[in-house]
Amino acid sequence: MMITVQQEDFDHGREYEALRELANRDGAIVTFTGLVRDFNSQCSVSNVVIEHYSGMTEKYLMQICSDAKKRWNLGQVRIIHRIGTLEAFEQIVFVGVSSKHRQNAFEAAQFIMDILKTTAPFWKQETTAKGTQWVKRKDSDEAAAAKWSGA
Amino acid sequence: MLRIRFFGSIREQLQTSSIDVEYAGEETVSDLMAKLIEKGERWLILEEQDVLVAVNMTLCGKDAVINSGDELAFFPPVTGG
Repeated sequence: MMITVQQEDFDHGREYEALRELANRDGAIVTFTGLVRDFNSQCSVSNVVIEHYSGMTEKYLMQICSDAKKRWNLGQVRIIHRIGTLEAFEQIVFVGVSSKHRQNAFEAAQFIMDILKTTAPFWKQETTAKGTQWVKRKDSDEAAAAKWSGA
Repeated sequence: MLRIRFFGSIREQLQTSSIDVEYAGEETVSDLMAKLIEKGERWLILEEQDVLVAVNMTLCGKDAVINSGDELAFFPPVTGG
């Protein structure tokens, strides 16, 4: 398990190769990359500023990795989350999971993102044509996370 | 002594990212919130329904007991990813 919170961009190819090297006996690697959208439900978005709670954020990301490893038989788990000012279309988050079989890797990657979005202490502020605004929690994110609680 | 930290829209509204308060005793998060709200109108934001609280970097309820030396944090629902 490795988690990183950083301002700088990440190289998806390099992260995938690092997972592949470590996951030498696994048969599946699933990766997810989240990007900054250039729109929200009302207007266009030029950039986002991501704030975090240093210490607690890392603790919760480690907890999410650890919970995923308890639920599925996984090899490697990698999370990178960026902070600071990110322009539209930049990479925000990377999740990589390896496993013996694809189903575990697919499910674990989705679980990690769903739980990250509702528990990891990050806050996004968008710059739009109408000024800056804090992003609000979405019911759809809560529902996505809740579906894992009974599974 | 307690350190209380604020994040996101709450930090912005309170115009501070952290305060230190003298503290001795065994009060709950709710007790402390009542004292903070006495500081002025803008502190009423802490009473909003979806405000989250962490004690020593662990999410907890408003009935959690605080000890001297703890770090508290108030913040809105998280929106990362």
